[in-house]
Amino acid sequence: MQNQEKDQKHNTATEQNEKVPFYKSSQFWKSTGIFWALVILVIIMAISQPAFLTKPNLINILKQASITGILAIGLTLVLLTGGIDLSVGSVLAVACMAAAFLTSDVQGFPVIVGFIAGIGVGAIFGLVNGFGIAYIGFAPFIMTMATLSAARGIALVSTNNRPIFNLSRTFIDVSNSIYFGLPSLVYYFLIVAVLAYILTKKTVFGKWIYAVGGNQIAAKYSGINVEKVKLIIYMIMGSLSGLTGVLMASRITSGNPTVGEGYELDAIAACVIGGVSMSGGAGSVIGTVIGVLILGVISNGFDILGISSNYQRIMKGLVILLAVFIDIRSRSRKNS
Amino acid sequence: MKNILQMQDICKSFSGVEVLHSVNLDLYEGEVLALVGENGAGKSTLMKILMGIEQPNAGKIFLGEEEVKLDNPAKALDLGIAMIHQELAPIPEMTVEENLFIGRELSHFGFVDSRKQAQLTKEWLGNLNLRIPPTTKMQDLSISQTQMVEITKAISYNSKILIMDEPTSAITEAEVRHLFEIINLLKKNGISIIYISHKLQELPFIADRVQVMRDGHIISVAIMAEKSERQIVRDMVGREISNIYPKCDNNITEPILEVKHLNKKGEFEDVTFTLHAGEKLGIAGLMGAGRTELVSTIFCVNRPDSGEVWVDGEKVNFRKPSDAIKKKIALVPEDRKLMGLNLAMNVQENATMCIDKNIAKFYFLNNPKGSLLAKEMVKKLSIKAHSTKQEVGNLSGGNQQKVVLAKWLLTEPDILLFDEPTRGIDVGAKAEIFELINNLVMNGKAALIISSEMQELVGIADRVIVMCEGKITGEVKGEEITQENIMALASPKNKNGSIN
Repeated sequence: MQNQEKDQKHNTATEQNEKVPFYKSSQFWKSTGIFWALVILVIIMAISQPAFLTKPNLINILKQASITGILAIGLTLVLLTGGIDLSVGSVLAVACMAAAFLTSDVQGFPVIVGFIAGIGVGAIFGLVNGFGIAYIGFAPFIMTMATLSAARGIALVSTNNRPIFNLSRTFIDVSNSIYFGLPSLVYYFLIVAVLAYILTKKTVFGKWIYAVGGNQIAAKYSGINVEKVKLIIYMIMGSLSGLTGVLMASRITSGNPTVGEGYELDAIAACVIGGVSMSGGAGSVIGTVIGVLILGVISNGFDILGISSNYQRIMKGLVILLAVFIDIRSRSRKNS
Repeated sequence: MKNILQMQDICKSFSGVEVLHSVNLDLYEGEVLALVGENGAGKSTLMKILMGIEQPNAGKIFLGEEEVKLDNPAKALDLGIAMIHQELAPIPEMTVEENLFIGRELSHFGFVDSRKQAQLTKEWLGNLNLRIPPTTKMQDLSISQTQMVEITKAISYNSKILIMDEPTSAITEAEVRHLFEIINLLKKNGISIIYISHKLQELPFIADRVQVMRDGHIISVAIMAEKSERQIVRDMVGREISNIYPKCDNNITEPILEVKHLNKKGEFEDVTFTLHAGEKLGIAGLMGAGRTELVSTIFCVNRPDSGEVWVDGEKVNFRKPSDAIKKKIALVPEDRKLMGLNLAMNVQENATMCIDKNIAKFYFLNNPKGSLLAKEMVKKLSIKAHSTKQEVGNLSGGNQQKVVLAKWLLTEPDILLFDEPTRGIDVGAKAEIFELINNLVMNGKAALIISSEMQELVGIADRVIVMCEGKITGEVKGEEITQENIMALASPKNKNGSIN
């Protein structure tokens, strides 16, 4: 009898827990915390700087965030599998050169060829990274650091350090047009984000990404081809680096071998701020998009305030630490 | 006997749910108190409070006459309370001596005084009659030796109270005897031990008193000699369990899995055996006999060097685990947290892991179907979870194991390879898992069961093959399946079980 009473008490306790509305549960605040951080940041900016909350400025933020954003989304996939890709900035540069070369007035190929070449070049680098990591067993950090160096070298060697100019008008329009009031770059960012969201949350492959990053051994025992998943992920990352290379060439209206230096760190920072775990298996595309926007808002706000980019770097470092700190705290509270 | 520890009316809640309800615990000088209970009974929480890792919401702790507040682990250690963890955590690259002195290195002006350390290490090991060279690296020691080093370390802190969490879960019988000798030696020196174990049959040999916990309550405290195993089990689960090893009317028919001359260098050699449909075949052996390596090679997690595997009278050439799954083979691995589950995913996500691509609609996850199948499994295996959306990391060991089983049952396998299916789970869940295995073989499936608890194999297997140092040393059937017969085949021939 005594035990039954206890069981009943226990049951009611859990029922009460379930009756708490979702928006009041700690789970809700944990999963949307980063979004509220963005909201608060926007409010602060809006109050202190009237110029911030204007339509042209907001569009500008989105535009500036787009390139890093595409890279960050690719990196989210890589980080989810427990890997990392440092080579994105260099691969971007090679793709930028390839696209610019093919669409310059010397060669005069149509825009689509520039896209195929840029994305193709990126995919090949991704294939090399993925093969080295998944099948040979190089640590992701080492493998992609080697590619970081080699790809930059290739970009520089390809034209002997010289930029490529005179791209076709239609190619330049790719990144510099406006549709329905939004810059074209923003659409590329949104399309990539939506596709990546569907891939990670709705498909079987997406679940395998989380499974490999969360527990690689268990994934293998469950019959998941871990190596193949990794290879595909690095190829997606490479293709996205290639895509950004093409967009970059169009945006700066030239092929420049030094473009994209240090972009990998901005992209990683956006992922980390968005709550993607560096050890794999946890994080989301939506989080990363918010992370990208937070970085964008901060750098834009500082620009309006007239603070030099050197101080912005200091600030960025602090924001990363703060974001991770909040993440660690919320995690340890959950465990206790 | 002097009372050296009293925990009075300890209460503890986690996020509003009380997990310890006014629990008392007394410990006398120089005794071994067995603390038993199913997973989730509150043993670990109680011990965490004693170690200063968790703080109680109410209650008092007395060491001797004095009331103490154990607000952090360092303080508990200072006051003479130490724990030997189930999962030992030494630094593998360091030597025995370095591990013993971690965090309190003896030094001269900032330089480590290795001579003094070596001398003390020898003295401490000597006090426990251990013959482990102080300069051995921890990674070169056996589990048992590592455990001995941990005990030495605890004693060297002048600990008066030792908590041992499942100390015999991963060591051989001979090593268990040695451990018990050490425990007796410790008792003579006035050290008291709280001994947590799922292996009830070993308690009469070592414990003076036994305290049973269930659902955060103390159910009984008794002198060990006055309590039978049956009574303890009843206290633990709250009902009579008539038989942990239920009867089974299985019909053994044709061969379904044949392994012929399978070799893997350094793991096992020339392994040949046949598993029949409707059969429960046990594989016995000591740690390191190559049993786990054998089944993971059959399942093709690792590729064999040579040899053949036949399924249903046909030779198969697996290249990866998914090939084995296609041939209706399932492997319930030895370590559920490491190989079986994704702890950050929920029950449903884990359960459907192997069949996602089969039920998918054009590469997209079929969540409605998955949810339905997962719910069916939760019901069938009586998995205790709030819902199929609960993270498996928050489930008890037995329920986690059931989720692993659910995952494999959903693949509808004909051949099930169970590697230590009951490790670290409680009596009630064990009985349920055996029941499930029985149901499977009665429906014509074949089960291969690895277990280090020989009693289990004696209880359930139709036939047992015994491995020793990578080779099959014999086979026992029916009435011949006894612990003695298995042990005789499992022990290395020329090394008469010597340790250290």
